[in-house]
This record gives sequence, C-alpha cells and structure tokens, in this order.
Amino acid sequence: MFDNLPLLSLVIWLPIIGGIVVLFVSRGEAGLQRLLALAFSVATFLISIPLYTGFDVSTPQMQFTKTVAWIPSFNVNYSLGVDGFSMPLILLTTFFTVIVIISAWEVIKKHVAQYMAAFLIMEGLMNGVFASLDSVLFYVFWEAMLIPMFLIIGVWGGQRRVYAAIKFFLYTFLGSVLLLVSILYLYFETGSFAILAFHAQSLGMTAQTLIFFAFLIAFAVKVPMWPVHTWLPDAHVEAPTGGSVILAAIMLKLGAYGFIRFLLPIVPDAAAEFDWLVITLSLIAVVYIALVALVQEDMKKLIAYSSIAHMGFVTLGLFVVFSIFRQTGDTAGAALGVEGAMVQMISHGFISGALFLCVGVMYDRMHSRRISDYGGVINTMPMFAGFMVLFALANTGLPGTSGFVGEFMVILSAFQVNFWIAFLAASTLIFGAAYTLWMVKRVIFGDIANDNVAQLSDVNSREFWMLAVLAIAVIVLGVWPAPLVDVMHSSVDHFLNHIVTSKL
Amino acid sequence: MDKVYLILALSPLVGAIIAGLFGKKIGRSGAHWVTNIGVAISFVLSLVVFNHIVLNDAPTYNATVYQWLLSDGINFEVGFLVDELTATMLIVVTFVSLMVHIYTIGYMRDDPGYQRFFSYISLFTFSMLMLVMANNFMQLFFGWEAVGLVSYLLIGFWYKKPTAIYANLKAFLVNRVGDFGFLLGIAAILMYFGSLDYAQVFAGAEGHANTTIEIFPGVEWSLMTVVCILLFIGAMGKSAQVPLHVWLPDSMEGPTPISALIHAATMVTAGIFMVSRMSPLFEWSETALSVVLVIGAITALFMAFLGLIQNDIKRVVAYSTLSQLGYMTVALGVSAYSAAMFHLMTHAFFKALLFLAAGSVIMAMHHEQDMRKMGGLRKHMPITYWTALMGSLALMGIPPFSGFFSKDTIIEAVGASTIAGSGFAYFAVVVGVFITALYSMRLLFLTFHGKPRMDEHTLSHVKESPKVVTIPLILLAIPSVFAGWLALKGMPFGDYFGDSIVIFDQHNGLAIAKEMHQGDPWHFLTHSIMTLPFWLVIAGIATAWVLYVAKPEWPGRIKDRLSIVHRILDNAYGIDRLYYVVFVKGSQLLGKGFSSVGDAKLIDGIMVNGMANSIGRFAGVARRMQTGFLYHYAFAMIIGLLVLVGWFVLK
Repeated sequence: MFDNLPLLSLVIWLPIIGGIVVLFVSRGEAGLQRLLALAFSVATFLISIPLYTGFDVSTPQMQFTKTVAWIPSFNVNYSLGVDGFSMPLILLTTFFTVIVIISAWEVIKKHVAQYMAAFLIMEGLMNGVFASLDSVLFYVFWEAMLIPMFLIIGVWGGQRRVYAAIKFFLYTFLGSVLLLVSILYLYFETGSFAILAFHAQSLGMTAQTLIFFAFLIAFAVKVPMWPVHTWLPDAHVEAPTGGSVILAAIMLKLGAYGFIRFLLPIVPDAAAEFDWLVITLSLIAVVYIALVALVQEDMKKLIAYSSIAHMGFVTLGLFVVFSIFRQTGDTAGAALGVEGAMVQMISHGFISGALFLCVGVMYDRMHSRRISDYGGVINTMPMFAGFMVLFALANTGLPGTSGFVGEFMVILSAFQVNFWIAFLAASTLIFGAAYTLWMVKRVIFGDIANDNVAQLSDVNSREFWMLAVLAIAVIVLGVWPAPLVDVMHSSVDHFLNHIVTSKL
Repeated sequence: MDKVYLILALSPLVGAIIAGLFGKKIGRSGAHWVTNIGVAISFVLSLVVFNHIVLNDAPTYNATVYQWLLSDGINFEVGFLVDELTATMLIVVTFVSLMVHIYTIGYMRDDPGYQRFFSYISLFTFSMLMLVMANNFMQLFFGWEAVGLVSYLLIGFWYKKPTAIYANLKAFLVNRVGDFGFLLGIAAILMYFGSLDYAQVFAGAEGHANTTIEIFPGVEWSLMTVVCILLFIGAMGKSAQVPLHVWLPDSMEGPTPISALIHAATMVTAGIFMVSRMSPLFEWSETALSVVLVIGAITALFMAFLGLIQNDIKRVVAYSTLSQLGYMTVALGVSAYSAAMFHLMTHAFFKALLFLAAGSVIMAMHHEQDMRKMGGLRKHMPITYWTALMGSLALMGIPPFSGFFSKDTIIEAVGASTIAGSGFAYFAVVVGVFITALYSMRLLFLTFHGKPRMDEHTLSHVKESPKVVTIPLILLAIPSVFAGWLALKGMPFGDYFGDSIVIFDQHNGLAIAKEMHQGDPWHFLTHSIMTLPFWLVIAGIATAWVLYVAKPEWPGRIKDRLSIVHRILDNAYGIDRLYYVVFVKGSQLLGKGFSSVGDAKLIDGIMVNGMANSIGRFAGVARRMQTGFLYHYAFAMIIGLLVLVGWFVLK
C-alpha cells in the first residue's frame, strides 16, 4: 500500500514543511506550536516505519529510489534511495525527533516556535543526508544541517554558547570544504555527481590518497575522532538538552556514515594503505578519551567524552576489514566488524541520547551540571535513578542492553587482526565502567548531599514515558538484536566485496 | 523437556519483574510471595531435571532457545546445555536461593527496600541459571556479567552508606578486569574455532592442540594455554582469586542474605563451574593448569591467614570463603574437576549456612557485627548455635561432616598430582587446614561461648530469630552434614559427571587416590584420620581453645609481640592500598594529564586557537597592505610589471 508513496521525499520534506508551518502559522501560541511540532514529528516517524517493514533484505541495491533531474546542465539529480546502512539511521532520526520535541515540552519557554522549527527542519535535512544518492544533493543537506544546529546552540545554549557555536561551525566547516573539493574532482573524473558512479570509478593511487585525506578530515571531524574532537564537549556543554540529544544520537553518526558511503567505497586502496592510521586514532579514542572522561567534573562533558570513546568502536569496526583481507585473503570476520559498527551507532544513539535526557531532567530542576552539586539523587527521585542507572549500565556495555552488542562484535572482529588491538579496545570494559559508574556513584547514590537535592521531585509522566520508551529500546535491542542486523547483511556483504577489490 | 528448562530459567525472572516494577501495587507480602514461588518452581523443576539427567541417565540436553544474532555466518544463540554438571549446579543454586528467599522474609522485615531486595535476588537467580545452563560462550558471558550486575546492585543496596557504594563500585570494576580477560578469551575462541558453541569448540580442541599464537612478535605460544589463561582471568575476577580478590571482603557491606547467596554459595563459584565446564580445553594445557594451581594455592593459604585477625563476624566468613575458593581452584589445577565441584557443592551448603547463622546473630545483636561485643550467645540462640556449629565442623573438615570429605578429596588429589606447582600447593592446602580450624573455632568461641560482652540493653533483647530465619538454617544444616558422605563415592570418585568433564589419564590424580579406599566413605574416613591434615584440624581446634577459652589474654600478647605481622595482616598485605595508589590515582592522574595537556594545551591551545590566532595575525599583516593610498597600489603594479617583463626577457 506504500508502494506509490514517495516515502523518502516525505521523510525529508514533511518535517521541513512542518517546521515552516510551526514558524509562521501559529504566531505566539506556544501550546499550539508544540502540538503542531509533535504532530509533524509523529507523522514523519510513522511514515518512516514502512521503510523498515517494506525493506527487501535480500538485495544490496538501493531501495525506495526516486530520481528527478535537478540541474541537467551539470548532470545534478534529485536522487534518493536507501540501503541497509542508511535505512536504520533514518528511523533513528525520525524516532529521536519525536523524543526531542517531547523533551522540550515545558522546558523551552523562549522562542518555542523557532526551537521546534529548528529541530523539525534539522530532521528533514539529516534524513536528506542519509537518503541522498547524488553528491551535490548530499552536500547541500550536509551543509544546510549546520545552520539549525548552529542556531540551537547559539540561541538556546548556555553561558559560553557563542564560543561553542563558532568552534562547532568552524571545525565542521573546515571538513566541508575538503569534502566539496573532492566531490568536484570526482565529478570531473566521472562526469556525474551520482555517488554510485563515484563508487564505480577507478582512480590512481595519488588521487586516492589525496581524496582519502580530504574525506578523512571531513568525516573525522563529525565522528569526532581524536584529535579533532575538542569541539564536541564544548558544543554539548553549551547546547540545550535537545541539541545535545540530536548531536549525540544522530549527528555523530553522519561522520561514520560518510566513511561508509564515501570514503571506503570510493578510495578503497588508499583506505587499505592508511587503515593503520584510522585504527590507531580509534584506539586512542577508546583509551585516551576514556581516561579524559574519568576526570570530568561536568556531567555533560563526561558523557560527551564517553561518546567519543564509543564512536571509536565504530571507526575501528569499519577499518578492520583490510588487515583481515591481507592476512587471510578473505573478508570472513570483517562483516562482524562492520555490522558491529552499525549496531554501535544505533545503540549509542539510544544510550547517549537517553543519558543526555537524564542530565537534562536533572538540569531542569537544579540548573547545574556539575557532579559535585549532586549526591543521593536516588533518595528524592527513585524512579529517575532507576532509569539513569539502567542507561549508565548500558553505557558500560552490559550484556542484555544494546551497548554490549556492537562493542562485542567489534572486539571479536578486531581480535582477528591483532591481539593487541582487541586488548586495547576491550579495555573499555574497565574504563567505560569506571567513568560511568563513578559518576553514578557521586550523583545518584549516597545520602542526600544538600538542600537542593532534598527538594527534587521525581520524573513527571512526560519524562517517565520519554525515558521508558528509550529503556525498552535499549533492552530489546540488547536481548534480540537480530531484527536490526538482518536488514544489513546484503548491504554489508556487497560493501565488503566492493572495498577489497582494487580500483587501481 | 524443552518447556521444563524454559520455565526453570524464566520463573525467577518473572518474579523479579513483578516485584521490581509493580512492587508498590502488590505490597510487601505480594513481593515475597511472587518471588518465593518463582524460585520454588525453579527448585522443584531442578529436582525433576536432576532425576531425569543424573538418576535416570538421560542423554545430555543441548538445544537452542532463540537466535540472538546472525552475523558473518556466525550463529550467536541463546540455548541450554543440561548435563550432569549443569544439573548439579541447578540443585545447588535453586536450593540455596530458595533458602535465602525464605530467610529474607525475616531478615529484611523492617527494610524500606523490601520489594526491591526480592526483585534483585530473584533477578540474580535468573542470571545464575542462565550462566550455568548456557550452551555457548556468548550466553555464558551474558550470565557472567549479569550476576556481576546484580552483585553490584545488591552490595550497594543500602545506597546511603558511603562504604556500601564504594564497595559495589570496587566489586564491579575488579570483576570487569576479570571479564576483560574473559572476553579476550572468547574472542580467541571465535577466531580459531569459528564458533562459540560449546559442543563445536570442545570437538575442535584436539585439532588445535598444537596451534600456536604470536602475541609478542617472534614469540610463539600455545593457543590452548593462551585461551585457557584468558578464560581463567575471568574466573579469577568472579571467584575472587588473588590478585583479583580485593572486592570480596568489601562486598560484605551488602545485606547478609546476599552474602550467603551471591558471595559464598553461587556467584563466586561461577569461576569454578566455568573451568570445570571448560575441562576439555584446560586439559590440553599443563601450563594453564599450573597457573590455576598456583593462584589457587596462594589464595587458599594467604586469605586464610587474614581470617584469623578479623573482628567483624561477616569478614571472618568472607575470608574463609576466599580461602575455600582457593581450595576449589587448587582442585581444578590438578585436574580434579569433580573434586572441585564436590567441594563447591558442600561449601555452598555449609557456607550459606554460616552466613545465614551470622546474619541471625547480627539480627539478634541489633546489627552489631563486631565479635568483641558478642559472646555467650549459645544459651539465647540455640538453633542458631547448633546449626552454626555444624556448618563450622563441616568447614573445618571434621568427619563425617560434608566438608571433611570434599576437602580431603582435594588434598588427596593434590598429593597425587605431579603437575608443576603441586608441591607448593600441597603445602598450602595442608597448612590451610590448620588455619581454617583456628579461625572457625575462634568465631564460634568469641560469638557463642564465654561471657556476654555486650551492654545490658542489648543482652536483654537477645533472642532466637523467628522461624522464617531458623528453618532455612536447619534445612541448610542437613546437607551440610550428610552431602559429603552421600556423594563421595559417586561424585569425585565415581562416574557421576559422565562425559561433562574430561580428564586426561596422565593428569588423573583422583584415580591414584581412589586406589586406597575405592571411594567408599567408611574406608575414606578411616584412611583419612591417619593422615596429617586431620591432626592439623585437631591441633587448630586445640589452639583455638587455648587462645580464646583457656587463656583469653594470650591473643593480645601475641598481637603485641608480633605487631609487624599483625599490621601486615590487618592491611590485607597492603594490596588494596597499592591498587588504590597505582590504578585509581594513577588513572586519574593520567586522565588529568591528557585532559589539561593533550586536549586543552596541545589540541585546543596550539592547533585550534593557535590556528585561529595565526589567521588573525596574518590578516593583521595583510590588512596593512591595503593602505588606501593610490600611489602605493601604482607602485606595486609597476614593481609587478617589471618582475613579469624581466622574467619573460631573461627566459
């Protein structure tokens, strides 16, 4: 019944139109603006569900495709489609936008329409990034997406919001310019802006190397990878709760998605040549960043650093394939890494999103993110404490929660390359538990630390359901990840065969 | 039988969920009923399974429940393997758990977190069942971490107590160090065996007997040794073996019922069970077995010493548990897996009994745990006293109590073993017997005998605990007395475990030991009382009597005379302090360094802000060139033209 609907166009444009409607139609009435925003976000989420139910898992081909000429003179097309990599990420986006709108309900009192509109528009743009099959279209969405995020941090942010917003903008803009240059080069080589045409194009080693580093910088900034990560803690600390949630849950995935959609399939030989570099940076993220997270005094900073460490597993999982192929002449064992990376992306979306929401719930009451301002929250907010402890444990990769699945798969895969890579990656078991649970100990447990904590009230029903839905997602995905991973198999197999085939 | 296994595993989970999520609605009695019934169902079904698998020799059950994940052609499943080994663990786990569930009704009567507590212990039972019933390494790891999680939640159950929330974090992190090794072991298994399924991995063990793995460039190690040691690191965490033992004494901050259930009878024996389960792998590596043996021997002896100087009644039992876990590990090291399992079983009964008896005393004493303030409780608490006495006699190894048989079996197996380290291990376990008797009798004398040392008010309130507390004590005392005699012939010396445990002939010390008594309990007894360990027990009891009954002023004098020794023991060899300085402070220091130097100075300072500043400076310079004076521009144009013309001419 959905065959005739342009689903991908809808998940892109419906929220953007919704954002405009919220902005201009309902002047001044905050209640109506919230309801409208919620309606649009829920509608978009519902429309995105058939992308999963109607998805053909047997083929690596792009599905739900739609192509319309856009700028014919340059062969630029409005071309959309999804495979096993992008489809789950679109669902994650549409899901989290609903959560974010609910999370802002009573909290955002300043410029409600603009706030809601920014998130709706950003949702459409992020879906556009995931669904684009044309590199110009991709680039337009990629760049446009920065604007609402820049505004969210800059307008609704904390004390140093301008510094954080500009740092965020400049960092990611640096990457974008390099991305554009590479896309233009590839256009002159292929005569097309189609991403799949780039995949098929053979390239010399010099060109591949240059493009590799351009892509690496462009996408590493977004992931973010060490050492281009320092914008993230600042951005998170200054962003309002919703901004942090979207930043952690979705935007960080865009960088990793860039590796999957652009870097690896377009310049596989250069990627094989420099895989050690990415693996090294990933391991630095896992170990170094974990230690940095340990000593943070601000909860949001701690979770931000934790995000960087967890994203290290994504980049690690994506780049183990080349060593495995060199050692065995086969890709067996590598699919575990790539699928693990994908699961880690989705799971980290849920967990870090949930943790930022938890911090938001506390911040709304206490107006502080400092760990030392808290202590014994469980005494006054027992229900909330239950959620927070659950998400914290998921963050430590506890089996039975989604946090375990991706890390487990990536560690198993990394062991095939080298004992020490797995050794360093597995250290997250200790460090991840140390920084997360030490924070929980200081914030949640203990006797009531001060009068402010004594006056806290437990979650209201809006907050309860928001966290409950995420808790269910985290547990279901941990107990039964098969339905998520099954949609990826064909795409991952195709992807692996493609990137171990030389393009020289 | 499919449904039986599923219901057996899931009914505690159902109880845990109902008590946990709807605790307020169903109330306190609702919570204890739903969880007690859940565990009771599991216990009854465990008896059915035991009858089916062990008594009627049904073939091993091995089946998938559902597919967790399929990736890269590797099937990750949740499934059950039930053989003699599992069936034994099921009985031990569900029986002790049921006793603790009943006991908790009395012990936690006045606690505001009543429902939460029941939810946790049922969740623990579910996790432990998943662990012992697993048929693959993924699920084993799930159970492994899940019991660690519940342990974390329960040690920190009284979350207002600073010591409790310190102890639970410490327990979780130390366990994670073990799990870290364990996970790497699992990864190695997947890489070389291509599967995580027990049956397939065990079947492939022989084929990899000579496989080597290069961990350091140029150094080839036996794969089996590496895998087994990595797995054993996991066991060291969970079963609290030196040097990962530091969390267990602190775990006593949790309520006493969980000390009995988790930190004595079940979770801490998970490592022993796991190594027994992996006997088809460990048998291929004598190096790994030697490591297991030496670690176990160190734990058995040196943790026993620490039991001598504790004043907290629970801590004495805790160090005793550490030492006894060392005995079990020693048994594993000499390939006497069945002896380890035998001691695991008897120990589960008598140690759970001792903890619950200690809990009964603590209740009577209004949550006073210091033995120096007890004494003379025998008259006021007869049931507690007599059951505690039976537990202690079993622990010390007095015939014919259960611990006598299981401990002497281990000592005999070590004596017959020729594996590297067995000489030291024999010394350790034999000396350990003396120490065990000494600290056990010290506990009994200080608590139950002599004159009461508590204040008048407390003394006037001391009374025997209610029935929900004493009945579990009595029910645990029964197997603590008889289980050894009954199981001796079959379990360590017979064919009880069938194919579930593999022992190579050249490692089989138990077979040599068996020649002397054929595993017959009476012959075993008459043979054993002629040997050194038995007389060391008697000597230990006699020494305790002298020190704590006849000459109670002596211990103080000995303490003064040997103050250095006392200080070393009191600091538990300084290991906690060392870990705190090196690991806790060290990683914080490293993190601060990375944060302030790496992130703030180098990346943000030099790269990011530095770049921004240098662009600013460059712009400042470049700006000066735009003077706005026409003749400056004209001059620049002329210079430029001259250079261009010059270049063309000279070319």
